[in-house]
Amino acid sequence: MEKLNPINSPLGTPDAAAVNRADQRDQLYADRKKVYPRRVYGQFRMIKWVVMALTLSVYYLLPWIRFDRGPGVPDQAFLIDFPTRKAYFFGLEIWAQEVYYATGLLILAALGLFLTTSAIGRAWCGYACPQTVWTDLFVHIERWIQGDRNQRMKLDKSPWGVKKLLLKVSTHLAWLVVAALTGGAFVFYFGDAPTLAKQFLTGTAPLTSYLFAGGLTFSTYLLGGIAREQVCIYMCPWPRIQGALVDENTLLVSYDKKRGEPRGSLKAAAAGEVLGDCIDCKQCVAVCPTGIDIRDGFQLECIQCALCVDACNGVMDKIDRPRNLIRYAPEEHVTKKGTGLIFRARTFIYMGLIVLVGGIMLASLIVRADLDVNIIKDRNPLFVRLSSGDVRNGYVIRLMNKQHADRPLTIRASGLKGLTLRSTDHAEGKELQVSLPPDDSAAFKVFAVLPAEAIGEGVLTSGKGEITFEIVDMDGHVISRQNAPFNGPRS
Amino acid sequence: MSDKHEKDIDQISGVETTGHEWDGIKELNNPLPKWWLYTFYATILFAIGYTIVYPSWPFPSGDGWTYVKGTADYAQRTDVAEEIGAVKAEQAKYVDEIRSADFAAITANDELHDFALQGGKAAFGDNCAGCHGSGAQGFTGFPNLNDDDWLWGGTIDAIYTTIQHGIRSETDPETRLSDMPRFLADGILDRDGVLDVTEYVLSLSGKAEDEARVARGAVIYEEQCVACHMEGGAGSHDLGAPKLSDAIWLYGGDRAAVYETVAYARRGVMPAWAGRLDEATIKQLALYVYSLGGGEAAPVESMESR
Ligand code: SF4
Ligand code: SF4
Repeated sequence: MEKLNPINSPLGTPDAAAVNRADQRDQLYADRKKVYPRRVYGQFRMIKWVVMALTLSVYYLLPWIRFDRGPGVPDQAFLIDFPTRKAYFFGLEIWAQEVYYATGLLILAALGLFLTTSAIGRAWCGYACPQTVWTDLFVHIERWIQGDRNQRMKLDKSPWGVKKLLLKVSTHLAWLVVAALTGGAFVFYFGDAPTLAKQFLTGTAPLTSYLFAGGLTFSTYLLGGIAREQVCIYMCPWPRIQGALVDENTLLVSYDKKRGEPRGSLKAAAAGEVLGDCIDCKQCVAVCPTGIDIRDGFQLECIQCALCVDACNGVMDKIDRPRNLIRYAPEEHVTKKGTGLIFRARTFIYMGLIVLVGGIMLASLIVRADLDVNIIKDRNPLFVRLSSGDVRNGYVIRLMNKQHADRPLTIRASGLKGLTLRSTDHAEGKELQVSLPPDDSAAFKVFAVLPAEAIGEGVLTSGKGEITFEIVDMDGHVISRQNAPFNGPRS
Repeated sequence: MSDKHEKDIDQISGVETTGHEWDGIKELNNPLPKWWLYTFYATILFAIGYTIVYPSWPFPSGDGWTYVKGTADYAQRTDVAEEIGAVKAEQAKYVDEIRSADFAAITANDELHDFALQGGKAAFGDNCAGCHGSGAQGFTGFPNLNDDDWLWGGTIDAIYTTIQHGIRSETDPETRLSDMPRFLADGILDRDGVLDVTEYVLSLSGKAEDEARVARGAVIYEEQCVACHMEGGAGSHDLGAPKLSDAIWLYGGDRAAVYETVAYARRGVMPAWAGRLDEATIKQLALYVYSLGGGEAAPVESMESR
């Protein structure tokens, strides 16, 4: 700021400036200006309806689908079962220690987001994000009860009275019902849905399920009914990340400035002004759920829902001008560089990564064994010399049975001359019989003994060797083969 | 000269700046939403409320520091004590059962057996590892409990008795007791005699070098040693007399160590644990030591084993 020269005059300081005068003060905090999205018809609105119907019915109905897995195993198609630490998805069964499949899914989801965003911008935000879907649903409820944009604006401006109170209360009640159904549906993913529903209604469900249902009811109501676009603008990290994912080739909802400008009303055009195609009817502004004007260009607030495209096309149809003044287009209006190609190097890289990660996951799912073997060698002591001079090593073999039935197995070991196995209950021989309970793991202490003669013959040079454990089923098939070290005295 | 506070608008974003500038970088004044501000105030209020309800501000008092206790009278220490109490109560069921059941019954019950082994392992670390080593691998003079060589017997019951009463314990009248004579120091044998016996003992595991001494030693062994160490050095669990013909030597199996043993005797001690540890813990210890892999099967059990 400029330095003020103090002018001292008996009449005062006529140059004094009230730098903090109210109307010039910087505004640090902004009130939320309520957005009243208008109803719109068209192609993209239709897509949004379909996506909403699809996502919501999957969300609400999935836990109710049954899938027979045999006796003693839950028959819910999709279930995340915390007590047994297993997740079921139709024929798939993921154990807690295989949680990397969830990691894989998340990686795939992230790559999917990258791909869509680099190709067609924030399609996730505009159509499929729960925040968008539920906000959309809540806006529709609001409209069914209170009427469209203009009526809602009028209602909010009107003084409080019985009618206003009634309309407002019923809107919030309807929101709460939807929110409660949403929060309630969530817990069904974590327990047998029919049983849990019954318990829920009779008040005998576990406390956590009430807490989760309550918390999600509240957040759905808050985020879908009240916070709405504020979540996208202020709370969500995705709009910040998208800047790095879109480029001049990305198809984005954009306004064709060359064709539209200078904008002006039909009346002005009739009066002879030379104008573009935009008649400044502000329909695109009225329908926007985030309350912005697409004609200002690409903005962080824009969730790319394309409702303004529908709105504008409606107007163009009416006034008989070509459609697509607002449309999905690359940045070409601005730079002339954009190609709008969905298939280009960047998207090919994302697609390649998706295929790669998906392929790895699929392959690992296919070769996934229904028996996990984990062998831990005793380290303290490394080996024990027996009175006969034999050398004994101890191992803990943990076997995890992913079959739903008892499983008798044989453990055998080989690799060093004369090696025998011994269990803690003094069974001794080339192999040991064990039995695994269904869907559970068990640990077996196994001793491997190398006879003194073998050591005398120098089988264990430098005190170290390797043996191979084999887990064999009743039909004699080797299910798993694993190597383990064997220690002995240096000879 | 202008007295007007010019609003400085950033060209690119069209957003007003705060007027602050650093090296040409200006700060945009994007206003925060009001609800965000109120949420912030709410968190401050919450924090103040928290310090009233929960333990918070430290302040010096007398000889040290103390803190505001809070109206809820909450302390994590009490939580921990409660949790430990709950776990102890939960364990009591197993501990009681271990105390009253016999070893066969405990081993037959997998859950109980597992509990006992875990408890025994913990108790071993606390009480026994000092001498026997954390892996029970032993040291010179302190037996390795993993192997199959036992001075006083390696059945569960024998191990249990040893732990209860100790070895050469001065406090327990029922302790395991035997004393080897100090053949040289007590004047029973002369130096040559000791060397002869040493050579004979070495011959039992094929390490002798002097046949003449072995022959003389055998005669002395027959007179002096055989009562405890038995024919051929087979040893005796009843007397705690080690087997002399195997590969395991508590004090070393070379000529010097064996000579030392014969001449001056060895007298390892182990405390009696009855009275120091409760019955259930001793039983768990016996089961744990037995499980290390060198335990001797009781005769009946070995017939049943697969
Ligand atoms: S900005 Fe975030 S919350 Fe909003 S629609 Fe996009 S992803 Fe969803
Ligand atoms: S500007 Fe258009 S695409 Fe963007 S949020 Fe508004 S209506 Fe949707």
